[in-house]
Amino acid sequence: MKFGVLQFPGSCDERDAQLACARVPGAEAVLLWHGDRDLQDVDAIVVPGGFSYGDYLRVGAIARFSPVMESVIAFANDGGLVLGICNGFQVLCEAHLLPGALLPNTELRFTCRQVDLEVIQHDTPFTNLCATGDILSIPAKHQTGRYVAPDLPLSQVVLRYVSGNNFNGSQDDIAGVRNAAGNVFGLMPHPEHAVDPLTGSVDGLRIFESMAARVPV
Amino acid sequence: MKYIGRVPRVRVLIRPKEGILDPQGKAVARALPALGFPAVDNVHVGRLVELDVEDVSQVEAMCERLLANTLIEDYEVALVSPDGEHQSQTAGPDAPRR
Repeated sequence: MKFGVLQFPGSCDERDAQLACARVPGAEAVLLWHGDRDLQDVDAIVVPGGFSYGDYLRVGAIARFSPVMESVIAFANDGGLVLGICNGFQVLCEAHLLPGALLPNTELRFTCRQVDLEVIQHDTPFTNLCATGDILSIPAKHQTGRYVAPDLPLSQVVLRYVSGNNFNGSQDDIAGVRNAAGNVFGLMPHPEHAVDPLTGSVDGLRIFESMAARVPV
Repeated sequence: MKYIGRVPRVRVLIRPKEGILDPQGKAVARALPALGFPAVDNVHVGRLVELDVEDVSQVEAMCERLLANTLIEDYEVALVSPDGEHQSQTAGPDAPRR
């Protein structure tokens, strides 16, 4: 299993994402530079957190047109697994690989805190090692995480903020969504920061392990 | 359409779509009465993108593809005269030449 983690100017969580991927037994992870179109035969893509291209104009708006994203869009349309975390989620929404958009938090504050997420769907390539109803404890840190998606089918909601955890004001407490086909998934909280007991939770690892469980060896 | 001479200047105004919560607008609306401006309502905070562009007819496509996210934002294109005044709310073929 080979993960590819994108790296934009302004990314800041790509190394943590790479380390998280490498903790999956039998997996390796390479960084993919934003200016390269070659995805190096990876089995899955992670679009990491940060502030790609400074988040100028609108979060994710510029990164979405980078050369590597052309390849990622083709990869996703071909059924490849794509995980977007935080800024990566914003980029995937701007690229129309996921429905909806991310707006400034209702409180207009950057917030960094641990959040509890309820697994709404376990039969996805990203949550198949969870059970529906499981609670994942994962850190979130952002100022632009209010998810809005008019007419989103409920069938695409994968994770919800547990009551009292929706600090950004996301519609219907939605924390993680997938595309209609199910091979693209995005969330604002950071599973790559929850892979070691030292930092309080290893729940995030299940997302990466679920992806590996879906990729044929 | 191509302009001869000075390249037209265009302003694109982008604001949150109606019905989308605009906490920045709300914060400003709350702040103004505290400064002694009581009768303020319907405040929205958006973005201004100003650009010089030869072919003004391309601006709408620019808005749709990059400048605005039409899922959450409305945009308005205005041609600007050399003295900085808005000349027109549209940037179509009827926009005045100079």
